[in-house]
Amino acid sequence: MDKTVNQRAWFLVLPVLALVAFSAVIPLMTVVNYSVQDTFGQNEFFWAGLEWFEELLDSDRMWEALRRQAMFSAIVLAIEVPLGVIVALNMPKKGVWSSVCLVLMSLPLLIPWNVVGTIWQIFGRVDIGLLGATMESLGIDYNYTQDVTSAWATVIVMDVWHWTSLVALLAYAGLRSIPDAYYQAARIDQASRWKVFRYIELPKMRGVLMIAILLRFMDSFMIYTEPFVVTGGGPGNATTFLSIDLVKMALGQFDLGPAAAFSLMYFLVILLISWVFYTVMTNLDKAEGPK
Amino acid sequence: MARITLDDLAHSYLPSPASEADYALRPLNLEWADGEAYALLGPSGCGKSTLLNIISGLLTPSRGRILFGDKDVTHAPTAERNIAQVFQFPVVYDTMTVRENLAFPLKNRGMDRAYVAQRVQTVAGMIGMEAELDRRAQGLTADAKQKISLGRGMVREDVNALLFDEPLTVIDPHMKWRLRTQLKSLHHEFRHTMIYVTHDQTEALTFADKVVVMHEGQVVQIGTPQELFERPAHTFVGYFIGSPGMNLVPARVEGAVAHLDPAEGGAQVPLGRGYGAPEGRVAIGVRPEFARLSATEGLPVSIERVEDVGRHRIVRATLSGTPISIVAPEGQPLGADMTRVVFDPAQINVYRDDWRLEGERIAGEAA
Repeated sequence: MDKTVNQRAWFLVLPVLALVAFSAVIPLMTVVNYSVQDTFGQNEFFWAGLEWFEELLDSDRMWEALRRQAMFSAIVLAIEVPLGVIVALNMPKKGVWSSVCLVLMSLPLLIPWNVVGTIWQIFGRVDIGLLGATMESLGIDYNYTQDVTSAWATVIVMDVWHWTSLVALLAYAGLRSIPDAYYQAARIDQASRWKVFRYIELPKMRGVLMIAILLRFMDSFMIYTEPFVVTGGGPGNATTFLSIDLVKMALGQFDLGPAAAFSLMYFLVILLISWVFYTVMTNLDKAEGPK
Repeated sequence: MARITLDDLAHSYLPSPASEADYALRPLNLEWADGEAYALLGPSGCGKSTLLNIISGLLTPSRGRILFGDKDVTHAPTAERNIAQVFQFPVVYDTMTVRENLAFPLKNRGMDRAYVAQRVQTVAGMIGMEAELDRRAQGLTADAKQKISLGRGMVREDVNALLFDEPLTVIDPHMKWRLRTQLKSLHHEFRHTMIYVTHDQTEALTFADKVVVMHEGQVVQIGTPQELFERPAHTFVGYFIGSPGMNLVPARVEGAVAHLDPAEGGAQVPLGRGYGAPEGRVAIGVRPEFARLSATEGLPVSIERVEDVGRHRIVRATLSGTPISIVAPEGQPLGADMTRVVFDPAQINVYRDDWRLEGERIAGEAA
């Protein structure tokens, strides 16, 4: 029997194509479009080629923001991941208290970003904030609007306060999946607390920790609202992270071309680092597997 | 190695147990001889795992004492007891190699490096995993993992007892048999005290020198496989061991004769032994293997159906209103006239309130 060739089935893909085009491809291509043009307003554009990209790579402003951003993500990950694991290890395994803990832990995750920012902005104020005023009365030099260290400390502590719960909850889920027999076997083998963690708990948590690290990296690398509300990127440019800088450039100065180039670079950096993270971690997983 | 004594031991998971039903393990006294292989047999929820966890120290009993040799270890932590336990689901340390897994209990006890290496090699030989020593434990088959758990137990030479908590549940049927045989030969060679928890009677009967049968939190019988088969001390043992289980027919016993229900014809069964006149709920128990069909002698039965199970046939019948089973050997013709059953008098047990009564030999008759 001859098969009739009919390619009309391809039309069934159209709705998906349209959806993806309008939600991702076209907006992204608009940015690409802006990044190779210049404008003086009145909706008139001139071809600029790779000029903006060259300028971007030469600009100290971008490299400084990237350096601050990388440092912020590194510090936040270095604190939140171990802290989250420690919290998870110490949460009650069953009973009423485990539910109470879970609810309390999820509370910070439910608060909108700008509310978190506002909370800490007020909390840290030297005149009326509980934290700021206490520091002041203790004679500690703390002022996040003027002092770089204070500003950084505030932004980091705020992020830890907001997001450690996520790591803790994920780690807790990983811990809960370990059967009792493992702990009993460890007791019989006379394993120390550290060895139980190293050889039972950590290997079983590896999968969820991988996800936690990836999520926290992406989120912290894209952070905008909270530091913007608290410090506005200051003092000076001390807490101007990539997103804050980008918004300043695109909306404050209306430099559409450079901002578009910046966006693309930003996007590629996140994509690249996430990909490296993912590859390294899955390879690690394989290396740990059967030889 | 040591003798293990349970002295008036009981356990309840409730904080203040009131009635007997609140106990997962009812008060019991038991002695496990040094170097023997025991099976702890019973259905799920009968308290056998509770008992095992008390011995290994993972649970502290609500009352009573537990002694290793003459030393009271009731409140001693697991590590101090020098117990090895193999669990239902294989526990291996995934990120370690097989060698590191086997060495783990010794290293934790701070043993000398050379001794550890030599000991690991020996144990790998025992469980037949010398070739896989440097492989990572992750991704091994369930039975290989279970062998590693077993090896981790045996790597300590001074281990007091090896406890098994249904260790073959997750193993493929053909591997089960091999592992069990291996366990048995390891026991013969090294004479560790072994306690093997299972709900599978074949496993229990083939593995153990002595089988401890548990039912609803109490030990109902301890005996060799043969004793359990021929002289079940409790109707539960009769029912639980053997396939099909023992036939139980309610009766009124007078001396050496059992009278079946008068409403169903009131047949009489000679018992071979004298029992006086026991009160309470009395029944006679006969294994299907010790009953045979006949055309001429014995008690009238109505036959329901015949099941051919290969080596023999099982005849399902009703005697005096009670369903019974009879094992008919292969090749024996089953004619339509075979409507009577004969019980071997020497193999009839009499039960009062579920417990077996010891009969007296009747003067003038051979035992």
